[in-house]
Amino acid sequence: MSTLSERILGGPAGTYVDRTVDRAFAHDGTGVLAMEAFRKMGVAQPARPETVSIIYDHLAPANTSQTATLQKELREFSAAAGFTLTDVGGGICHQLMSEGRVLPGEVVVGADSHSCTTGAFGAFSTGVGATDMAAIWAEGSTWFRVPETINIELTGRLPAWCEAKDIVLTVTGQIGMDGGTYRALEYTGDGAAALSMAGRLTLCNMAVECGAKTGLFYADKTTQEYLAQYGHSVERQEPEDTTYCRELSVDLADMEPVISVPHRVDTVAPVTDYTGTPLDQVFVGTCTNGRYEDLERFAGIVRGGEVACRTIVVPASRAIMQQAAETGILAEIIAAGCMVGPPGCGPCLGMHMGVLGEGETALSTANRNFKNRMGVGAEYYLGSVATAAASALKGEITSPEGAL
Amino acid sequence: MTLSGPAVCLGKDIDTDLVIAGRYLRTKDTSVWAEHVFEDLDPTLASQLKGTVIVAGNNMGCGSSREQAPVAIREAGAIAVIAPSFARIFFRNAINVGLPVIECDGLTCEDGSTVTISLEDGWVEADGARHPIRPLSGRMQDILAAGGLVPYWRNK
Repeated sequence: MSTLSERILGGPAGTYVDRTVDRAFAHDGTGVLAMEAFRKMGVAQPARPETVSIIYDHLAPANTSQTATLQKELREFSAAAGFTLTDVGGGICHQLMSEGRVLPGEVVVGADSHSCTTGAFGAFSTGVGATDMAAIWAEGSTWFRVPETINIELTGRLPAWCEAKDIVLTVTGQIGMDGGTYRALEYTGDGAAALSMAGRLTLCNMAVECGAKTGLFYADKTTQEYLAQYGHSVERQEPEDTTYCRELSVDLADMEPVISVPHRVDTVAPVTDYTGTPLDQVFVGTCTNGRYEDLERFAGIVRGGEVACRTIVVPASRAIMQQAAETGILAEIIAAGCMVGPPGCGPCLGMHMGVLGEGETALSTANRNFKNRMGVGAEYYLGSVATAAASALKGEITSPEGAL
Repeated sequence: MTLSGPAVCLGKDIDTDLVIAGRYLRTKDTSVWAEHVFEDLDPTLASQLKGTVIVAGNNMGCGSSREQAPVAIREAGAIAVIAPSFARIFFRNAINVGLPVIECDGLTCEDGSTVTISLEDGWVEADGARHPIRPLSGRMQDILAAGGLVPYWRNK
């Protein structure tokens, strides 16, 4: 009996396997280095260009002539190689891969650490660096060490003021930043089954924050219905009676809104412990929490009000932004005084617009609060969309309990 | 082959943003990364790494997949990185760019004291004590011996 990772990779935990990569992707940051490595390898043509996506999200649109030139170079390389390129404005690579490009049972490798996101579809989805990506372009396959698996059983129902982000921050606090190293996380239980696809993507996205190779959900009815929107008919996956290296049980009914305190993702505390902390900026977006469901939840709280601090909202993809425009929630977000940025990573990794100044404090729906990441000398807390919305309205850290 | 150099002791959970900050990634110029390596941890470190062995705590290189992190360490002149555990992407990246990374428990680190490593025989020596290292897979040894994944691929 096997874990889902063992089943997909085709070997028991601890063994090394070579696997064809069903989908490979890189962004404008790692793609440039992968291009350099690929050229140095002296390979004439990629093995399976039809499986490769290049998605511009890190510096989208380009912020300097220097990055624009690098993007131009990668654009030309990608066209010559026969890769599928999504240019600036399309959105974040993990979100675009989630919009019908990843199917259950596939082996998916992205040149970005949050490539674990699409494990939410029951795929084995993980991140590598640029040179590994170049070798995947060259060969169409790569090696894996089959991971041991931590099972996280979610039971019960979330309180209305909590969301997937509170679950994943709580779990990261319990496991710790290195508790999942070399391992995979499998989410099971009735609480997992009740989560939307957006919620599952949020959970899997942050698997790497405790060092895990990937996070996985078994494909079920929710997965089938979601992928049907993109024209895919997929099989369900059933868990087997297997041995996990560690088992955690989380009762969602006990959940409360939490935040990660600077500068460690695993320093997790109830939002109420930090109530009243003044904020210079709130940022809503990223591959963790920039989906339509997130924007809808945010709009539901700020609707008719006015934000009391600088608030930047960045939809994770063009499709999300368009949907939000069509349903009117984007107008509500703008009317509440928020600034809306172009689909992409936004200020998350401190490379693009919206970064923080020295001594500033922010609350972000992103996945990392490492020192200096979103701005040199700044401090930032990580929280849910509802916590971000309630906090934006007050200009200070505020629990969403009662706001909904 | 043995490697030997003075130790530079770092803490645990050193993330890749601390190794090389995002603001220095808008280039292909490796000397920029070498110049700013570990800047947000200790701005004086970059100039002191030549010939050293970095001895870190658990979960070295956690966070992003940026390969600029091990490249920055290598280009700044460090000859190896030792830690009880590494973040897996950093570990793979380091081997792929030809930077020896060694998993080894129980090392007591003292800044400047000599650390000697034998990859073939599988040990690290520090403060007069010899510690076994966790062996790399055969393929990873081959990639490292070739000087990284690009030369390994070219020789294939």
